[in-house]
Amino acid sequence: MSNPHPEITLSARNLTRRFGNQQVIHDVSLELKRGEVLGLLGHNGAGKTTTLQMLTGCLLPDSGEVDICGISLLHHPAQAKAHIGYLPETPPLYRELSVDDYLLFTARLRGMKSAAAHEALAQTRQRCGLESTGKKIIGTLSRGFQQRVGIAQAIIHRPDVIVLDEPTVGLDPAQIREIRNLIRELGDSSSVILSTHLLSEVENVCDRVEIMQHGKLIYGDTSAHMQQHGNVSGFIISLRNPPPLSALEGITGISHVEQLTATQFRVLHKPEDNPKGTLLSLSEQHGWQLEQLTPLQATLEDVFVRITDAETAMAGEAK
Amino acid sequence: MIRLLALRELRSLFAMPSTWFVLAALQFIFAWFFLARLDAFLEIQPQLAQIANAPGVTVSVAAPVYNTVALLLMMLTPMFTMRLIAEERRSQTLALLLSAPLSSGHIVLGKFTGLLIFMCMLMAGVPLMLYTLALGTDIDHGLLLSNILGLLLLTASYIALGLYVSALTTQPVIAAIGALAVLAGLWLADIGAAAEDSPWHFISPLSHFQNFNNGMLDSGDAAFFVLFTAAFLLLTMKRLHNNRRYG
Repeated sequence: MSNPHPEITLSARNLTRRFGNQQVIHDVSLELKRGEVLGLLGHNGAGKTTTLQMLTGCLLPDSGEVDICGISLLHHPAQAKAHIGYLPETPPLYRELSVDDYLLFTARLRGMKSAAAHEALAQTRQRCGLESTGKKIIGTLSRGFQQRVGIAQAIIHRPDVIVLDEPTVGLDPAQIREIRNLIRELGDSSSVILSTHLLSEVENVCDRVEIMQHGKLIYGDTSAHMQQHGNVSGFIISLRNPPPLSALEGITGISHVEQLTATQFRVLHKPEDNPKGTLLSLSEQHGWQLEQLTPLQATLEDVFVRITDAETAMAGEAK
Repeated sequence: MIRLLALRELRSLFAMPSTWFVLAALQFIFAWFFLARLDAFLEIQPQLAQIANAPGVTVSVAAPVYNTVALLLMMLTPMFTMRLIAEERRSQTLALLLSAPLSSGHIVLGKFTGLLIFMCMLMAGVPLMLYTLALGTDIDHGLLLSNILGLLLLTASYIALGLYVSALTTQPVIAAIGALAVLAGLWLADIGAAAEDSPWHFISPLSHFQNFNNGMLDSGDAAFFVLFTAAFLLLTMKRLHNNRRYG
């Protein structure tokens, strides 16, 4: 007997895609396990949306294969698509319909029976915080609620793979938090793949991250790993009475000093040798008047910039 | 699935106030034509009564009314077909249909069926009005039925063409103008061609409607409409498939 819940819910192999003469996606391979939230991270125009469109069958790849729950998307599109819930960049809403009518339509569209669709509707509305908006016309809702309706249509048929293209764009901070909680919750039972250019999103909700640039996946790891990868040893100091730059650079353990403003410096040091104590005593001795010493926060931002920069530099050298 | 999509199409149409306005305005126009024809008939009726084998009320009233409806249809259909796919594309709802477990055929047939039902509702008043003539006199049921059938086939072919033009563009307005241009072009070419056997007569839907309008059921005309409709529906499916291919 075959396992009804296969471990790997989505697998894409060697996807390529060109628009006209421009190669947009180069050899992208992805795998997604049940209960995993994968973040697809990249600048605007990196090819995230195109990749997601290919994963959902909206766009055919020039070459490569996509399997959804072990069913080939290219050869059996109807069966495979029944397992997908997709929220495109702009939520695909029929603005003239009411929320209930619209959600019932999308549930039936994915092959749910009428009774099951009604049951799923109540549950989904509650999950997405749409309890009080059932009878309202979608066009009259605020942007945040429209986005929720968009997410609701992607999850109402309880798909195994949920594909969300920039789900939190245009929302206020409170709404973003709610949506992120929802995505985490969804990640318990299904697999979620979301695209974003916000690093905090990946930090907060994703188990794993793939970084995309110029249509290629250039880095993939768990997001916790990625933060470690980005650890920088250093701090920012401000001195009311700063010495010349060379005096700071001369302190043992300091590898690099960069002047940010007249009184602020970014100090980098070797991870095993923290010169904080030396710096404090020297400041005392020479009257540099240390006002502030903040350790550098390693964020995904740094990792992202570093990895994408390295990639660009390598490409430059190759040329 | 086709039924679901057709119902969604109808629901969206009836959710818009403009649809109701158009419905109301058209009922008024149809009724006006009907009354005008009836009035003209009543005026000449005394003279007609003196001729042997004079044309009856059905030929004098119903046939011209149907002919006018057919002409109006040429301008009306693009107004409704323009939204079918172009609007979905513009408001990005097409992604919902493309990512759903449907084939292009389902999408196209669903939309086609939905609008065909709507257009039938829109024109349902015309035969009902004409059947009121039966209260006062004998009417030619055969002629009325052949007109209804002809109008149905004509509507189907116009919708198929409009649907295809709508699938070509992102702008509903361009879809409307495009479909109108093609339909009007076919009509003008048809009435402009003097020769009896000109190919323009053959490819114009409206000229094939003439036989139905005169009460003549010609299987050749019916076949033309069916082929015309099928060809444009297939082209639309092809176009939707290309949408996945070329983005």
